[in-house]
Formats: sequence, structure tokens, C-alpha cells
Amino acid sequence: MPNDQPFHFHTERRLVELAGRQAANLQELRDLVAEVPGSSIFYHTHHLFLSHNLSRHVVYNQFAIWAHEAIQEPALSEKLAAIEIYAFTSIRQLREELLRVIDEHMSAPNFELRQAPRDNLFHFCQSKSFIFPTGVTAWTVPEFFEHLRHISRLSLYFHFLEARLRLERKTNDFSAWLEGRGETQLARAIDALDPYSMDLEGLKSKILALGAQHERPVA
Amino acid sequence: MTVHLDNYREIAGAEVLDELHIVADRVRHLSLQNINSTPVGGGVAEILTRMIPLLKDLGINASWDVIKGDEAFFNVTKAFHNALHGAKETITDEMLDCFRENTEMNLRDMDLHGDVMFIHDPQPAGLIARRREIGKKWAWRCHIDVSTPDPRVWNFLRPMVEQYDASLFSMPDFAQRLPIPQFMVWPSIDPLADKNRELEPEFIRTVLEKYEIDPKRPLLTQISRFDRLKDPLGVIAAYRLAKKKHDCQLVIAGGGAPDDPEGAEVLREVHEAAEGDPDIKVLLLPPFSDLEINALVRGSTIVFQKSLKEGFGLTVSEALWKRKPVIGGAVGGIRVQVINGVTGFLVHSPEGAASRAAQILADPEFGRQMGENGHQHVKQNFLLTRHVKDYLLVMLALEHPGADIVDLV
Repeated sequence: MPNDQPFHFHTERRLVELAGRQAANLQELRDLVAEVPGSSIFYHTHHLFLSHNLSRHVVYNQFAIWAHEAIQEPALSEKLAAIEIYAFTSIRQLREELLRVIDEHMSAPNFELRQAPRDNLFHFCQSKSFIFPTGVTAWTVPEFFEHLRHISRLSLYFHFLEARLRLERKTNDFSAWLEGRGETQLARAIDALDPYSMDLEGLKSKILALGAQHERPVA
Repeated sequence: MTVHLDNYREIAGAEVLDELHIVADRVRHLSLQNINSTPVGGGVAEILTRMIPLLKDLGINASWDVIKGDEAFFNVTKAFHNALHGAKETITDEMLDCFRENTEMNLRDMDLHGDVMFIHDPQPAGLIARRREIGKKWAWRCHIDVSTPDPRVWNFLRPMVEQYDASLFSMPDFAQRLPIPQFMVWPSIDPLADKNRELEPEFIRTVLEKYEIDPKRPLLTQISRFDRLKDPLGVIAAYRLAKKKHDCQLVIAGGGAPDDPEGAEVLREVHEAAEGDPDIKVLLLPPFSDLEINALVRGSTIVFQKSLKEGFGLTVSEALWKRKPVIGGAVGGIRVQVINGVTGFLVHSPEGAASRAAQILADPEFGRQMGENGHQHVKQNFLLTRHVKDYLLVMLALEHPGADIVDLV
């Protein structure tokens, strides 16, 4: 049902919190992936989006990176990196998929458990996030896209990635609001963007392009 | 000279300062008292000296006090420090009593007035005994690696640490499993300190000439104490291999502590390994050589930090900030500062270091791009301004314990 609520842009600041648990081999990683809080699973599959934007070819999934660098499991690393995070709308599903991939790898007949070097254990972390209102509010769709142009990476990250998966709102905040405005087609087009296949700058450009296309539909 | 927040506007970016104000707005009603064990010398004092004026500029009532102790106490805390790092130390009951007595004295004499207390490192950790009486928020900021401590010392400290509301560690690898929240706060470099600030090209040239370094030829550098764990001999081996492909010079520079017999031995080995090659300069720099170190790094083409074991290794950020690609050992905090192939290279052997150095020397534009990436990486993650922001967020976290998402509407 259409509503006339404005869109309030928020942003976040975060501290990294240590879970105090670490894995020295794949079995320990597997057991902890099954056990740690969901926010830790979210952290290790998303944190690198924010830590730097210097390389376009970075793997964001830290489980995949560790499998490659610490325990020399390149095939497992590729399989973990290939998990389509955007297919999931809950951490529970993502956790189950990580476990499925690890279990499948460990059940291979030639699998050998390798120890990570002492100084390259997998340390489980999570973030403590503080959500701040930016004071920027959009009352109309054109106003929304105008503000979107200027929002920070952290704001985009919060409304698109955290809202959808960490807060389990099922879709990103932009699509939810546009849907409420009756802009169903635009909302779905934005929802269909896979943020995990690009960086945050690329994501913003794509959303803005969809907004521009919507305002000036091709004849 | 006191440096103010506005001095960082151009360097860190206006948006970073705006962000600090946004976070500070949420904790401005809280006073912050820092307590450590020394007013000068050492990284903690260095950071607090710089940080307190910035916090004040943000409207935070921030203060810094130092505990008192007799000579015996500081001998004990030095032994504690070594034992927490995993070194073999004999810790006697008398030493524990000495720690307790000095803690009692400080508990009696100190004015603990902050709404939020940041207690730095083990020496003042016992001040937590007054927590119940004065009811503040307490955080223990541990700057050292306590991951493999001597159990006797850790068992002595642990009951104190567990009474805090939170602890802060520089790296997950340095932490212990504790029943209180543990936050990770990376250390930082101060871009305005003598060690890091911009220098006139003329000054850089003068320093290079003073040490008979040719400013026209590529220069590889490692700045580190003379310690086997910094692998200076591996650096010389890497340089020799790289030199077979590209002309270059090498500087190995570091300070020396007069009471460090191992350092003197390593220095002798380094001199021996460098003998006969006029392109290798081994420099034992006196204390307060920050400007010269800055100039040597700025005059370099590539900086090595080829450690075999490392704490955080902020010398890496110091070099990256000066837009130098860094070839570092894949250990400790070097791994978060050197993004392999982006801000430099992580290596595991002199051969690896040599081939990466040769690769950069063969393609100066590639090296320049890596240096630029390194500068941006440090700007985003390892400057003092980020450190200030994290401390403000810890204050906020202490106000909002529990939830992993805090909505500040």
C-alpha cells in the first residue's frame, strides 16, 4: 500500500569487537562458523567492503581469503568466494551455505587437515555499529535520488547491505521505500542489483542510473 | 607546540573532521580521564600527548594523569611487560607485593574523576579496585601483545582486567579470551610529527648527502632496531639479489639501546655482511633522529620491513604515508598495512623480497602507483584522527553496552 512517509538517510560508525574465538584449522573454523553469533558471520563476509577501496579485484569473503593464505586450500577458497551472498536474505541461510561448502570439502577422500601458522589464526570478530541520522530527508522520489548522489559509502553500506542481510529486512531500504511510494518497478530493479559483484562506488552509480532512467524513460 | 584539530583538516580531509564532530556530539557530556605510567617516552605517551588536545578541540573534557611508583615498582612492571610478551622472567611473591603496594598508594593518592576511565597497559590496571566506590565506566587499553603470556603474571592481572567494562587491543592476535567486551583499535601515526611531516626537498637531499647516498640512484631502506627478528641480514641478502638485475643502494638504519647486548651483536653481524659494498650504508642513529629518519624514508624508492615476527609494525604505515611501496614480512600487523600487490608485497624469504624489489625497480610507475595506494590506505585507516574517532566510539559503546547495533535516532 502506498505511503507518504519521507526517507531518512542514516549512516553508521563502527567498532570492531573481538569474539575471543579463533580457529587454527578447517575443523575448528567449521565448528566456530556453526557457533558464533550471526553478526560475526556478517562481519567476515562484509567487512572488507569498507576497509579500503583500492583494488577492484579483492575477494571480500574473509573465510575464502584465510582458506587460501593460511591453510593452503585454494579450491575451497574459490568455492567459498563463489558463494552468492545476494541469494540469501538471512544470516542463517548464509551460515548454512558456508557450512555446506566446508563440509563437502572436508568429506572428500583425499582431504587432509592442515594447521594454519601460529600467527595466522582465524580470529572471529563482529562489529558494534552505531546508526546515526544524517539529518538528510527526502520527501519525493526526485529528491531521494538527488540526496543519494551525495551520501557517503557508509550510508550506502548501511541502507543496502546491512539493512538487507544483517537486519534481515529482506530487501534494501531504498527498494522498500520506493515500493511504499508505489514505484514497484524501480524498487525491483534496484533490488535486483547484486552489490557483491561491484564496489560501493559502482553500486551507487548503478542505482543513480536506474533513477535517471526512471525519470526519463526511453521512448 | 600544541597541534590543534584544524591542523589536520587538509591532511586527513574535511569529511574526517566533520565525522569526528558528529561522534563527539554524542559523548560531549562525558569527561574522559586517561591514566598511564609515564608522561614521556614510549608510544603511549607519544599518542596521548597528541590526542588530548584534539579531544579538547572536539569539546571533550579529556585529561591525562600518570601513576606514581618507586624504582622497584617500575622494575617489576618491566619484568611483567617482558613476561606478558612470553619471555622467561622470574616473578617472585615480593614482586607481586611491590605491585600491590604501589597500586594501593595510587588508589589512595590519585583523583579518579573521569566519567569514562581509559587505563593504559598493565602498570595502572589495579586502579579498577575503586570502580565500585566511584561507579564510572572503565576501559583497559592494552597496547601490548598478551596472547602468550607467562601464566603467573597473567593470572595475577586477569582478575583486575575482568572487572573492567571493556578492553581494547591493537590486533585480534594480541588478545586473550575474556568475559568482557574486547574492541580492536589499531594504533596510528601522527602525520604532523617530525617522523612523518612533509619535508623540503633540500633537507632530504642534505640528509642523503650527509650519509653519502646518491640521490639519483634507487634506494632501498629498512628502518628498524638491530634485532634478529627484523631480519637485517635477510634484507642485505635480498638487496644483493635485486642488485644483480637493477642498480640500487641500501640503507639499514636503526637506533641502539646501550643496555642491549643482542643489538650490539646484530649490528656487528650487519656490518660484517655489508663489508666491501660501498652502496650499503649501515647507520646507527642517535635518539631524536626523527627528522633524519623521515628524510631517509622520503629519499627511498622502496622500504623494507622484512620482520620474521612483529607487533603492529607502525614503521610500515610511516613509509606508506610517504608514498613508498613496502616489502614486508607476512607477519603481525604488517599484514593489515601491506595489501599484497596493492600497497606493497608480503614476502616470506629474502628471495621473495628480492624479486618483488626487482619488479618495482623495473617499473617505476608501478611503484609510484603502489606508493599512492599506500598513502590512501594509511589516510583511511592508520592516522591519529581515526584513532581519536575509535576512542570516541568506545566512550559511546560504554554508554550502550550489549547490543551490536545501536540506533542513535
